Amino acid sequence: MTEDARPPVLEIENLCISYFTRAGEIPAVKDFNLTVHAGESVGLVGESGCGKSTVAMAIMRYLGSNGGIVGGSIKFKGRDITHLSDEELRRMRGSEVAMIYQEPMAALNPALTIGAQLMEVPLIHEAVSEQEAYDRSRQMLADVKLPDPDRVMAAYPHQISGGQQQRVVIAMALLSKPALLLLDEPTTALDVTVEAGIIELIAEIAGKFGTAQVFISHNLGLVRETCDRICVMYSGEAVETGTIGDVFTRMRHPYTRGLFGAIPLPSANKNDRPLVAIPGQLPLPHQRPEGCNFGPRCEYFRDGVCGPNAIEMRDVPGEKSPHQTRCARFEEIDWDAPLGAGQVNDPIEPGEPVLVVDGMRKYYELYDRSIKAMLSGEGVKYVKANETLSFDAREAEIVAIVGESGCGKSTFAKVLMGLETATEGTITFKGDEIESTEVQQRPREQVASLQMVFQNPNDTLNPSMTVGGQIGRVIRKFGVETDPDKVHERVMRLLDMVKLPRDFYFRRPRQLSGGQKQRVGVARAFAGNPAMVIADEPVSALDVSVQAAVTELLMEIQREHGTTLLFISHDLSVVRYLADRIVVMYLGQIMEQGTTEEVFAPPYHPYTEALLSAVPIADTSVDKRKIVLEGNLPSVLNPPKGCPFETRCPRKLGAICETERPPVLVDSDTHRIACHIPLESLQAVEPVFFSVAETGSPAGPGAGSATTGSAAGE
Amino acid sequence: MVASTEAAVPLPRRQSALARFLKSVALLRESPVGMVGAGIVIAWALAAILAPLISPFDPNSTILPFQKPGAIDPTTGKVFWLGTDKIGRDILSRIIYGGRRVLIYGPIATACAYAVGIVMGLAAGYFRGWWDSILSRVSDIVLSFPIFVLYVIVISTFGASGLNIVLAIIFASAPGIMRIVRGLTLDLRNRDYVAAAQTRGESPLYIMFVEILPNARGPLIVDACLRLGYVTITIGTLGFLGLGLPPPDPDWGGMVNENRALAPAFPHMIVYPCLAISSLVLGLNLLADGLREISIRD
Repeated sequence: MTEDARPPVLEIENLCISYFTRAGEIPAVKDFNLTVHAGESVGLVGESGCGKSTVAMAIMRYLGSNGGIVGGSIKFKGRDITHLSDEELRRMRGSEVAMIYQEPMAALNPALTIGAQLMEVPLIHEAVSEQEAYDRSRQMLADVKLPDPDRVMAAYPHQISGGQQQRVVIAMALLSKPALLLLDEPTTALDVTVEAGIIELIAEIAGKFGTAQVFISHNLGLVRETCDRICVMYSGEAVETGTIGDVFTRMRHPYTRGLFGAIPLPSANKNDRPLVAIPGQLPLPHQRPEGCNFGPRCEYFRDGVCGPNAIEMRDVPGEKSPHQTRCARFEEIDWDAPLGAGQVNDPIEPGEPVLVVDGMRKYYELYDRSIKAMLSGEGVKYVKANETLSFDAREAEIVAIVGESGCGKSTFAKVLMGLETATEGTITFKGDEIESTEVQQRPREQVASLQMVFQNPNDTLNPSMTVGGQIGRVIRKFGVETDPDKVHERVMRLLDMVKLPRDFYFRRPRQLSGGQKQRVGVARAFAGNPAMVIADEPVSALDVSVQAAVTELLMEIQREHGTTLLFISHDLSVVRYLADRIVVMYLGQIMEQGTTEEVFAPPYHPYTEALLSAVPIADTSVDKRKIVLEGNLPSVLNPPKGCPFETRCPRKLGAICETERPPVLVDSDTHRIACHIPLESLQAVEPVFFSVAETGSPAGPGAGSATTGSAAGE
Repeated sequence: MVASTEAAVPLPRRQSALARFLKSVALLRESPVGMVGAGIVIAWALAAILAPLISPFDPNSTILPFQKPGAIDPTTGKVFWLGTDKIGRDILSRIIYGGRRVLIYGPIATACAYAVGIVMGLAAGYFRGWWDSILSRVSDIVLSFPIFVLYVIVISTFGASGLNIVLAIIFASAPGIMRIVRGLTLDLRNRDYVAAAQTRGESPLYIMFVEILPNARGPLIVDACLRLGYVTITIGTLGFLGLGLPPPDPDWGGMVNENRALAPAFPHMIVYPCLAISSLVLGLNLLADGLREISIRD
């Protein structure tokens, strides 16, 4: 290893952590090494259950009553903290090592003002005066770019938005000037455009405060944007470490390579470069194989070389900075060979429109029963969940509805499914108007041909029914089959279709993994031979490698059956990969719609532009202009009078945006943008994405515009 | 997708309901507290079922009054293990037979109260709106009544009979059960599998009883055990107040009432029936604790 002049803040050597349960000792982390220097940030990446959070908890010495460090050392500023007393730990935690968690609301005390919670930190750890604590807290809020710090100091946590809460949590962590900051998925609970702001802030911290950071994430794109080095973990072990540049361009472990093959990079394409899922499943901690943990899932596994002895970390020769891998065969593997079978699918010709939505509106009435409201005659308020939606979806096509939380995409799904009825406008599904028919009144065939795949794998199946029972119920309900033997046979074929073993028939949902549950959910949706399936974020709660498998499965079945897929998502990288057409929504309105190519290239709606810029990309050959949106999503109860995006728009023209609804600009037959800015000006905008040369310096047409873009974002 | 036509993987046998029940019972072994509770409850149940075989005397025949525990019946030579009461009936036999009443009326009343409470709670929690407002207000009114005043009024008006006691208990317990079921339903109705059932056009009855109710069973079983304990106390108290089941059949609360004037001189006449009541209630509470412990762990 090359010597770094700066003293290491954190040195972890041969760390082993076990949990002690009823079933005996379960090794969670084995032989883990990590060094973090001041001002450096290291990304800890892996799927759930790989031990990354356990490492963070061990650094805080906060493993809970049944966890323990069974070997190795954790040195913080040269001092081994594995044997510190509770009193010494209390002094260290929060002042020298700080941690930021996923859920900001859970990290803040709802009963205290933010000022009181922030001031507590210097008051307790440094015993300063109240005035100094107040001044420092206020200054820190300004440093994390919260507008109006005085107001925030006096506010309670529920009075500010989720993104602002996370900024407060970061401010709180930085107040004691910690030498080390642990970030455990700090943006997972936030919307993409809000996430972009937090990520920008986190990336600045190290430079500004000299804080060493350990950034835990499952998202390779985020790690690329925030970290200097990366440590990929698999099944309790680090499998590859190195600088971002080395690992992202010259990965030397089959698991790392599998991860990159499973995420929708800009270069992936559903027709000729499909995603390749990693076969198999993560082994349970007490069922790990001998030798290489990744062995059973690795195509390069060779008996005798990859086992039975444990594999050590070894240096990759010829690299400028340290780059290590836990692969015994990394020198023999052809790392440039394409992943997977190189399967090529023909593009699908979409057929006739299956779904036509025309001027659909959904308003919810909200009754204000206060005397004041009755006197002023404003007793009823409307929540405009969907405002004049118009688009269509054709047979065998994948249409994506994209937007952040509160944009009305779920409301639209409810109206479509007949759980709510539209206030105005029409929805025509296969020639029938369905906007005001509730699902119970719809004919059976119609219900069967419009089905849904849900988001949360743990919620999608009834825990007290067997898998076979749940799918069978759908088949009987839709009258596909009635004879018990035929129903049974059909359930079996559906299990085959979603590539689950037939003996899952009698399993209950708790015996299934998240990905398997989603597969059952897919089987259930397709049980009645639907013409159209709505998938509401079907993979967002799954691990990266499982996401790829479920995404590919969904597309394969959709392709096979010629089903129309309405894919609701906030993740533009997945959408770019699979959608034929995209509808971008904001505050219940369509801001832009067009084919995937049209939406991802100029002219953009300014909101689409910001959304695209916010997507983290795990491809070092692609860079993007950074546009960070200011402000918060306006309340749906009181939306802006003119353009809904007017309050946050970096390209706002002026008064016209505030008072008048934007006209719909027609760029092509399929591409429409709702904006006051003339089409010619929008067409002149530089693309958000541009390629960079191998050296890392921006090149191409985007180089100049990078500054323009961020200037517009301020 | 190609359907594999050949008979592929042999299907595993479906576990019978009995096997699954036995498996959950086996789980209880993990909780020592629950095992003690189950032991006490099962012991009482066995005693009640086998009453004619194990009780030494006929519970209603007067033999020899005022006998202390351990005294011997001169005619038969058998021992009055727990003594006799003021009119000469064997207390042990009366306690054993008294268990029958509690263990018949208690579970019946609790089950009926559950049936009513579950229907009300599911309807209120699932439909919300007017159903919820009406059902919740009705249960608020019932719950705001002093319970025993209610019992006294109901039973003194309609007479002391098994049916009236059950009805009174249903009336008093159903609102509490309804609140629990309503709370669980409000949570469960937002699950995706309920939405999936709705989007395939299932009837509200199906959704409430097939999709929601089975998933609420964990907390409900625990609550049912506790509530059975309360009902046992209620039946005992009603017996003590003279509002219980009509004599001469033995009743634990009634036994305390009959002999309470003699308590200073002959404490055994009331101590043992009281112990019977409290041990059964304790057993049920421990069982509920054990079940809760298991359900949290699972």
